[in-house]
Amino acid sequence: MKRNRTQSHAPSMYRRATADAFRKLNPRLLARNPVMFVVGAGSLLTTVAFLHDLVLHGWSARAAFGGQISLWLWATVLFANFAEALAEGRGKAQADTLRNARRDTPAFRLRDGGTTEEVSASALVPADLVVVEAGQVIPADGTVVEGAAAVDESAITGESAPVVRESGGDRSAVTGGTTVLSDRLVIRVTQEPGKSFLDRMIALVEGAERQKTPNEIALNILLAGLTIVFLLAVVTLKPFALFHGVNVGVVVLIALLVCLIPTTIGGLLAAIGIAGMDRLLRRNVLAMSGRAVEAAGDVDVLLLDKTGTITLGNRMAADFMPLPGVERAAMIRAALQASSGDETPEGRSIVDLARAQGGEATLPASPGEVQRIPFTAQTRMSGIDLPDEQLRKGATDAVLAWADSLGLPGIAERRAEAQRLADVIATDGGTPLVVASTKVGVLGVIHLKDVVKPGMRDRFERIRAMGIRTVMITGDNRLTAKAIAAEAGVDDYLAEAKPEDKLHLIVDMQKGGRLVAMSGDGTNDAPALAQSDVGLVMNTGTQAAREAGNMIDLDSDPTKLIEIVEIGKQLLITRGALTTFSVANDVAKYFAIIPAIFVASLPQLGALDVMGLTSPESAVLSAVIFNALIIVALIPLALRGVRYRPRSTAHALRTNLLVYGLGGLVAPFVGIKCIDLLITALGLV
Amino acid sequence: MTPRDYLQLALFLGILALASPPLGRYIHRVLEGGRTWLHPLLGPVERLIYAAAGVDPTRDHTWQRYAACVLGFTLAGFCLTFGVLMFQDVLPLNPQGFPAPSWDLALNTAVSFVTNTNWQAYGGEATMSHLSQMVALTYQNFVSAAVGIAVCMAVVRGVARAEAQGLGNFWTDLVRANLYVLLPLCVVGALALVSQGMVQTFAASFTALTPEGATQTIAVGPVASQVIIKMLGTNGGGFFNANGAHPFENPTAVSNFIQMLAIFLLPSALVFTLGTAVRRPRHAWTVWGVMAGVFLAGALLIAHFEYRGTPAMAQAVAAGSPATSVAAPGVTSPPAPASMPASTPSSVPNMEGKEVRFGIFSSALFATITTDASCGAVNAMHDSLTPIGGLVALVNMQLGEIIFGGVGSGLYGMVLFIILTVFLAGLMVGRTPDYLGKRIEGREVTWSVAALLLPAMPLLGFTALSAVGWGPEALANAGAHGFSELLYAYTSASQNNGSAFGGLTVNSPAFNLTTAAAMLIGRFGVMLPMLVVAGSLAARRPRPITDASFPVEGGTFALLLTSVIIIVGALTYLPALSLGPIVEHLQMLEGLLF
Repeated sequence: MKRNRTQSHAPSMYRRATADAFRKLNPRLLARNPVMFVVGAGSLLTTVAFLHDLVLHGWSARAAFGGQISLWLWATVLFANFAEALAEGRGKAQADTLRNARRDTPAFRLRDGGTTEEVSASALVPADLVVVEAGQVIPADGTVVEGAAAVDESAITGESAPVVRESGGDRSAVTGGTTVLSDRLVIRVTQEPGKSFLDRMIALVEGAERQKTPNEIALNILLAGLTIVFLLAVVTLKPFALFHGVNVGVVVLIALLVCLIPTTIGGLLAAIGIAGMDRLLRRNVLAMSGRAVEAAGDVDVLLLDKTGTITLGNRMAADFMPLPGVERAAMIRAALQASSGDETPEGRSIVDLARAQGGEATLPASPGEVQRIPFTAQTRMSGIDLPDEQLRKGATDAVLAWADSLGLPGIAERRAEAQRLADVIATDGGTPLVVASTKVGVLGVIHLKDVVKPGMRDRFERIRAMGIRTVMITGDNRLTAKAIAAEAGVDDYLAEAKPEDKLHLIVDMQKGGRLVAMSGDGTNDAPALAQSDVGLVMNTGTQAAREAGNMIDLDSDPTKLIEIVEIGKQLLITRGALTTFSVANDVAKYFAIIPAIFVASLPQLGALDVMGLTSPESAVLSAVIFNALIIVALIPLALRGVRYRPRSTAHALRTNLLVYGLGGLVAPFVGIKCIDLLITALGLV
Repeated sequence: MTPRDYLQLALFLGILALASPPLGRYIHRVLEGGRTWLHPLLGPVERLIYAAAGVDPTRDHTWQRYAACVLGFTLAGFCLTFGVLMFQDVLPLNPQGFPAPSWDLALNTAVSFVTNTNWQAYGGEATMSHLSQMVALTYQNFVSAAVGIAVCMAVVRGVARAEAQGLGNFWTDLVRANLYVLLPLCVVGALALVSQGMVQTFAASFTALTPEGATQTIAVGPVASQVIIKMLGTNGGGFFNANGAHPFENPTAVSNFIQMLAIFLLPSALVFTLGTAVRRPRHAWTVWGVMAGVFLAGALLIAHFEYRGTPAMAQAVAAGSPATSVAAPGVTSPPAPASMPASTPSSVPNMEGKEVRFGIFSSALFATITTDASCGAVNAMHDSLTPIGGLVALVNMQLGEIIFGGVGSGLYGMVLFIILTVFLAGLMVGRTPDYLGKRIEGREVTWSVAALLLPAMPLLGFTALSAVGWGPEALANAGAHGFSELLYAYTSASQNNGSAFGGLTVNSPAFNLTTAAAMLIGRFGVMLPMLVVAGSLAARRPRPITDASFPVEGGTFALLLTSVIIIVGALTYLPALSLGPIVEHLQMLEGLLF
């Protein structure tokens, strides 16, 4: 069961964001955003002008106008701050929850003599060995060196079902703050004090370590550049007007400036970035940097492990294929007997299939008469020794060699036939498992099949629509790999892959200018994860893998890579859409403000007032109000992201251009006119 | 517009479209050191130049080195021109015995010619000695254009090359652009112009007897050879003060047509040089289409408003009095004899300031072309255009001289807008922006924005200062038209166009120094940042161009690029324009004149 990670509409979050919005008025914080800094400076200037007016001339229509403009300019800054604070708020709420898990727990450090001493968790250093018993909280990140236990990791993952952690292999990493439910673990500490996974996670979700991504930096430069361009256009307007004998007031000029500079995107840019990371977090993916999220949108190639990602992870028995002359029922019975003690998923699937096909087998009641032969990497077969018969199933060559050694008649033909069946199965993407007995010799071949997860074909179709290539990585032979690749619908495959092949493949692709994403969990994967542009590590993975990747999936679901790519793209599209909208907005604002400034002295310019606004003051005020409110109106979009649908690039571009480009051109004409009607009706101007 | 006008327009664009791709490929070939049929003839000359100058033609320049060469070469050219002008009274080839110009005029003129602007604060045939004309007009017309082609090629290489440090060799680019591109085209073009009766002689003048019996000294000279490079190099500085309106400098409709083609030919061909270098002809056609589209819109707008004329003229025609005497108390050019149809008094074509042998359309077309490309040659008085006609001319320049634009500078200016477009809208396909596989990041954006911002600074800044300072006393016209004249002067200088609106006395220290500064900032404020961008792009490893890449070809991109050009250009200058030609137009409709 999943815990609801964030209550996005909690009133407390709004309260906190509102308070933060004011706190962020601090000029030093504001200076990080050049656009909003200019608005802030402008607000200050208009406020001074307003107060000056008020003190010298008392309350007048002019003062009222100046006051209202100042108010709305301050509101513009506050709205932008609010958007950023709101985006940060979700992470902060999350961080609070995590902090509760970071209590200073007692740790039982193992001394040389085998005894333990109780120390504070914060006193642990790397390479310390600690003992954790059932019911205790694991005091620090580490690797299990002894024992196996069920661990409740809900404090980090939100997933209440316990997971197994055991020494050796790829399930050995444990995280400080999680609770051991059963058994006893000896853990070697791997973290420096104060730098635990939980600490890092808190810092990440809180945004304390948030750094601007390359694209965000570039966009900020562009926005700053546009701000300077408009500053130039507005500052020079004063002497231009003087040439015509018009003296334009500072309040109107600042209003024009604020309307022209890209406040919409400038105000929402930070929020968009934070919200992107937050969307990942809500899918239980922890991005180590904003750069990783951005890279996710850019990915050209997805490397996916076959097992566990594309297929269900275990081969399942799909068919029994007896040799000519062997009764089907006899073969099924032999297969069932040979697998009866086999607890591997494959073995169980053979039993299930045999039972489903009416197979029955009775084993001698007394356990002493039955000898189970487990699978080993050397023999590459398993089976059972009954009092009167030995049964084996396993890799084709291994079982055939075993059958040869029995010296039964007619072995050569059976051997050739079994080999033929095995080849057919392999060509089809399956794994052949030959069954033989001491009584009959080779009986037939079991067809084990990789089961592609349901819905994978559709997902790969979507990925292809985004223009991303998928490559399946598998240790299987080429024939098998090809068949599964075709069934799952991936673009390409790498067969008989060793861990270093993965690394070479990534390096090669990057040399061609491609960005590569992959998921992994084992220590084997660490170099490839570190080399890839987006390396998604399963939370169940080893410590080495977790260090190498730049995203961690707390649910340990490798297919999530696809969603991550979508979230990355959504983040970039949202940024682009709001930038386009913001720039397109300017056209209407010119048509509102320019005639308003000059209509008194150059009445002919009234012709540019295509919106037919009530008065010059209402025109300027309406533009400023629109400019402020549009930020608020777009906060939900910035936080939620533009709806992303996988489709062709050209199609996506056309649609987004129509909505945000043309929409951005038209919306302010309508908006400013409506606000003008409203403030006129309210008698504000 | 008449059917003949449409025919001329179609013919013009048709010939341009046919000639540009092969010429563009040819330019790419010669600048990259490929061999052509001209090599047996010019190859030894090229090698001789390298040997004499001590240039190693195989050396590849980084952007820093390339920029340093551009600056050094330009500075040397400036010193030469400035020196010749300052000492023209004591230097040879001064038969008329002209004195040296003032230092500020000499400075202004030298800057003007090395920046490919050809802003002329002096009267050509009445101020400059033959030596000055030869150094300023002839030499600089060639090399400033060749510098443009060279830098353009460096920027093209930046886009095309992958993981490279160098942008090519400035010296070979310069020499090859002159030898294999400008020189052969000039020879062919000059012969074509002479066939139309254009003057080409070493004689300085001859004396004629007028019908009234008076004697008149008529200046002549090597006109055709000067005119062709002034057009091909988008220089625009005329042999005669009247520029392309002078019968010897532009005798017939055909010579007018050839000159218009010559202005657009190289900027248009360079688009296909880019297309060839990046192996994407469709991208080149898309960019060309955008240029052609904005050009067409401008030409049709000017033509429409010039045909419609002004209400004052219509009233004057209806009243039977000569239109121009009512319409233009402040007009500086002599009123042209009007041959207007008197049938519809509500709309009388604006023939003021136009040559009868060209008529409305050829004048409107010329005005569009000369302001689109940063040429600045004129065959009609821009001051006498209708307000909207003047507006189009101003906007054409303010867009950054990228609608075909100056030789070389037009294309690298356009690359700047492509980068901005890709960056602004590229995110909307869900990837970080790239141009032909080259990622656009902080460095590219910083310098592109600088290239956008720098010419706007002197343009708006000096217009503003002059409007409240030295401007009004130099103006012949008051009100909005006077403002347009100031705006036009600084626009023309900052965007390196060089054409003059007129109506403004610009030979004063204040104007000479500020326009000189504007020309320098406008030239190098775009050129140097674009070299930085090119250097950065060249070093990048391109990502493969796939279906997921932001499409830089086809209709959507063309529309997008056009919108960015118009919106970014318009938004910066709209306040200024609304106080100039826009309000003037609106006032004109109310019958208010200046």
